[in-house]
Amino acid sequence: MELQYYLILSALLFTTGVIGVLIRRNAIIIFMCIELMLNAANLAFVAISRSLGEATGQVFVFFVMTVAAAEVAIGLAIIVSVFKHRQTINVDEVNSLKG
Amino acid sequence: MNAEQILFILFGGVSLIGAIAVISFRHPIYSALSLIVTFFAQAGLFLLLGAHFVAAVQVIVYAGAIMVLFLFVIMLLNLGTLSAKGAMSGKLKGFAIVLGILLAVEGVYIATNVLNNTAIASAQPATETPTTTTYDIGELLFSKYLLPFEVTSLILLAALIGVIVLVKRGSEAEN
Repeated sequence: MELQYYLILSALLFTTGVIGVLIRRNAIIIFMCIELMLNAANLAFVAISRSLGEATGQVFVFFVMTVAAAEVAIGLAIIVSVFKHRQTINVDEVNSLKG
Repeated sequence: MNAEQILFILFGGVSLIGAIAVISFRHPIYSALSLIVTFFAQAGLFLLLGAHFVAAVQVIVYAGAIMVLFLFVIMLLNLGTLSAKGAMSGKLKGFAIVLGILLAVEGVYIATNVLNNTAIASAQPATETPTTTTYDIGELLFSKYLLPFEVTSLILLAALIGVIVLVKRGSEAEN
């Protein structure tokens, strides 16, 4: 299987994530779409790592995964506290920094 | 058509369908479950690429830990009824989808045409399946990339403290 097909698939998955962030207003689903985009990047990393025949790309996948895990933990904590405060997680309604 | 191509089409198709399901389901629980399907299909793709350790970590960390966190929060907040209201207007949605398709075309163009002239495309490995073992990854991680590796542990520590502060301040305000 050639590198190109993996990169095309990665581009399509990334685009799906972008469209999700644009059209959905639910903060949790927006977060899931960000995970989707990070995963598409991971796929490109691993495909290119395979194509070059070395493991550096896979090392970067671990860094991406760590950042994703930290981001999800903090993001969901913020979502929970926003929900406690305003009883909604629709990002159009959460439009002020204070109060 | 050999076995690798069939498996690529299978895993790639499943992951793409799962990704589209994530953004089209109304209820967040269904989206989360579709995302798990996508993650498993991507683990399959990683196996096809010879990255066995990454595939295992994908299943354990993404499909395991991160998605449990998502499902936990969705169930904690009980979001079923809230998600339906406040949807985007149709015109804006169409505009977003058109722009997204434009981005997809751009990405596919880059993947097919532009990369042909770069070093990545010309460096085709001689051996058919250059599997990188856990040993290779570990060696790189603890020699060349030792500093980034330690910095990631700092990121995790910062996230840990940040979450505790966020949650603690919320419960103090209630009292």
